Amino acid sequence: MTDAPLAPPRSENFLTAKETIRSWFLTIDHKRIALLYAAALFVFFFIGAAGAAVIRIEMLTPQGDVVSAEGYNRAFTLHGVIMVWFFLVPLIPTTFGNFLLPLMLGAKDLAFPRLNLASWYVFMISGVFTLAAIWLGGLETGWTFYTPLSAVYADGWVTLAILGVFISGFSSIFTGINFIVTTHTLRAPGMTWFRMPLFVWSLYATSLVMVLATPVLAITLLLILAERAFGIGVFDPTLGGDPLLFQHLFWFYSHPAVYIMILPAFGVISELVTAGARNRVFGYKFIAFSSLAIAILGFMVWGHHMFTTGQSMYAGIVFSFLSFLVAVPSAVKAYNWAATLYKGRITLNTPFLYALGFIALFVFGGLTGVILAALAVDLHVHDSYFVVAHFHYIMVGAAVTAFMGAVHFWWPKVTGRLYNEHLGRASAILLWIGFNLTFFPQFIMGYLGMPRRYHAYDPEFQVWHLLSSAGTPILAMGYLLPVFYLGWSLYNGRPAGPNPWRAQGLEWTVSSPPPEHNFHGPVKVTREAYDYPKEDAYKGPLPRDAWREAEDDREEGQAAEDRR
Amino acid sequence: MKTAPDPSGLDPYEDAEVRLTAQRMGMWLFLATEAMIFAGLFLAIFVIRTLHPEGATEASGHLKTWVGTGNTALLLVSSTLVALGSVAAKEGARRRALVAACFLGAAALGAAFLAIKIGVEYRAELHEGLIPGLGPAFPLQADGAQLFFNAYFAATGLHAIHVLIGVIALAGAAVGVWRRWLKLPDNAPEVEFTGLYWHLVDVVWIFLFPVLYLVG
Ligand code: HEM
Ligand SMILES: [Cu+2]
Repeated sequence: MTDAPLAPPRSENFLTAKETIRSWFLTIDHKRIALLYAAALFVFFFIGAAGAAVIRIEMLTPQGDVVSAEGYNRAFTLHGVIMVWFFLVPLIPTTFGNFLLPLMLGAKDLAFPRLNLASWYVFMISGVFTLAAIWLGGLETGWTFYTPLSAVYADGWVTLAILGVFISGFSSIFTGINFIVTTHTLRAPGMTWFRMPLFVWSLYATSLVMVLATPVLAITLLLILAERAFGIGVFDPTLGGDPLLFQHLFWFYSHPAVYIMILPAFGVISELVTAGARNRVFGYKFIAFSSLAIAILGFMVWGHHMFTTGQSMYAGIVFSFLSFLVAVPSAVKAYNWAATLYKGRITLNTPFLYALGFIALFVFGGLTGVILAALAVDLHVHDSYFVVAHFHYIMVGAAVTAFMGAVHFWWPKVTGRLYNEHLGRASAILLWIGFNLTFFPQFIMGYLGMPRRYHAYDPEFQVWHLLSSAGTPILAMGYLLPVFYLGWSLYNGRPAGPNPWRAQGLEWTVSSPPPEHNFHGPVKVTREAYDYPKEDAYKGPLPRDAWREAEDDREEGQAAEDRR
Repeated sequence: MKTAPDPSGLDPYEDAEVRLTAQRMGMWLFLATEAMIFAGLFLAIFVIRTLHPEGATEASGHLKTWVGTGNTALLLVSSTLVALGSVAAKEGARRRALVAACFLGAAALGAAFLAIKIGVEYRAELHEGLIPGLGPAFPLQADGAQLFFNAYFAATGLHAIHVLIGVIALAGAAVGVWRRWLKLPDNAPEVEFTGLYWHLVDVVWIFLFPVLYLVG
């Protein structure tokens, strides 16, 4: 298994093994389904970004002059609904999770390949519903669909959009079930639980959250739909219903859901950090269990979104305390990454730069979360830009940066090609600068009292808004630049070979792109995860010069061929 | 039960035993998600009962306890039949008729449940004006009574949809076993999974019944 060819023959490569369009839409190969998801998410990202652009343009001036108040509400709702439900929640599990989970475990596919394809179709259908709602005029409820606004007062296409989000939940549940069962039943011989890559652990924890929390969201949305359609008002205060009940149910899902967005990113970063430092992960079990701890604690802290809603003070205190607790397993991860870097043989290649950027942004976002979890402070900054900045640091700064790191790390595996390192590093740095310029000012103006969701504001905040808006083109470049050089690499990149980073893990033992059924024969695992040599026995070029080595390999192969 | 790896490569399992374990685990996880859906509803009912104890008691008084009790009995018997059928299915083709009969019987009881729920209970409630937006004006005055009824309709309505799906699945399994589309004991897991689903429907009702009908 170790000496896979540099570039696999066409018939084995999963991308070219079957060539019809039909074979893509009926595929049950987890790797192809991952790419189907990636294509869909790519589109959603641009639609969501368009909403963001409207917001940042409107906020350039204190007057509401670009769009009306209602238009502004619709823009941020579009942005939030698409970005949360149709981009961040599925982002890493459905793409890299789908692609890598079986490869990392030494399996041929996920446990239920057809269910996997079905989940993509369900996702697409739900997306069509929600996009149709937006196309027809949109809605103004915000991504949280708070009642009674969403159930009684809002006009616009609320029902259609909620139906879309409701259906998308099933695709999430299918994916979660598939991942859990796969991890339990399809590990190759020798792949014990504590030899699994940390990315697998994080996906496992994420899947537990998906399976247990998503149904609660489903019933909550179903009740809103019933309220809108039949007047079954459970949340309607005019019937004595309780809008707070909606918030409890909603956040019971949605706080854990923020971990659906961030846990897989933790897993990615663990992979990038060890590979980038060429060092064993420090405290493997701590990182693995901290994922589970976060998943479990995540179910107990939803009330910190409701400090100001009039829930009882005692509830507030308990939720505040529990929220502080969540910070512990998150910090465990950060310390372990730092310890892994320490004495590692660090090479500042592109994926590793993204990983470093992630750690900085995540630590900052997490710390501001702890600040928010303090009751008294939250009363001051609740529903201000401080909160907006907090969750963007974590969900965009951290999660999307991790995704970009994953793209650059596994690109050679997925496509079999290397990209331009210089442009790669440039885009990682651009992304980091653009992100901080966009969102750091929001902490300041939030702290100074700028409320969120206002389309006109007091001129004293303008300077911060200008800075924030100025950051967005840089951020956008950070996201767009890779589209070009990665696209270019598809046709002109140097062949990557099976393991350009000299990383550990089963996925690096097969050819790039992997063969249709993942492995050429039975897999047996005999080594611990991340079994990097104590002293780097490998004397050749460093991973950052992977392409040079790939070149050597290829010349060698050519020479061997010539000799024959 | 070792089978050769599927030459088409479609099947990730090399081993039939492991495949069965995986399917069973998948089914249980699916049932867990269903349970969580209803858990959200139970929470809603619980909150309503706590906020409006009087309204809940008065509203609950308007539910026909004896109809609910009868329906509970129907589901319990049907669940027993299903359990019998699932055990018999494991014993193989000899028991084909017994399996089909048990499942068909359970499906019939489920259908009876639906008929009573809709034909008797919902109809009476419609005439009393308890269904939101239909029939005469809502008769009860107590705070939260209407809310309680809303939750009642949401919960029992969703449950009824599950009963309907269950009845169709049970009947399908019964016919499949009888006509040998489902071969025993090879397809015993499919039969078992249908049964598990029905047990869930039953269990949910066992919780709904006291929470809705026996208040106060
Ligand atoms: C690790 C991943 C995290 C993510 C993805 C995340 C995400 C979010 C999001 C999306 C919101 C805003 C919800 C809205 O639209 O109103 C939010 C608010 C909040 N977060 Fe986080 N968060 C994370 C970590 C934390 C941590 C570790 C804490 C506490 C220790 C925390 C405490 C809070 C609090 C208290 C609020 C409510 C602020 C308010 O509305 O007044 N978060 N978070
Ligand atoms: Cu939260």
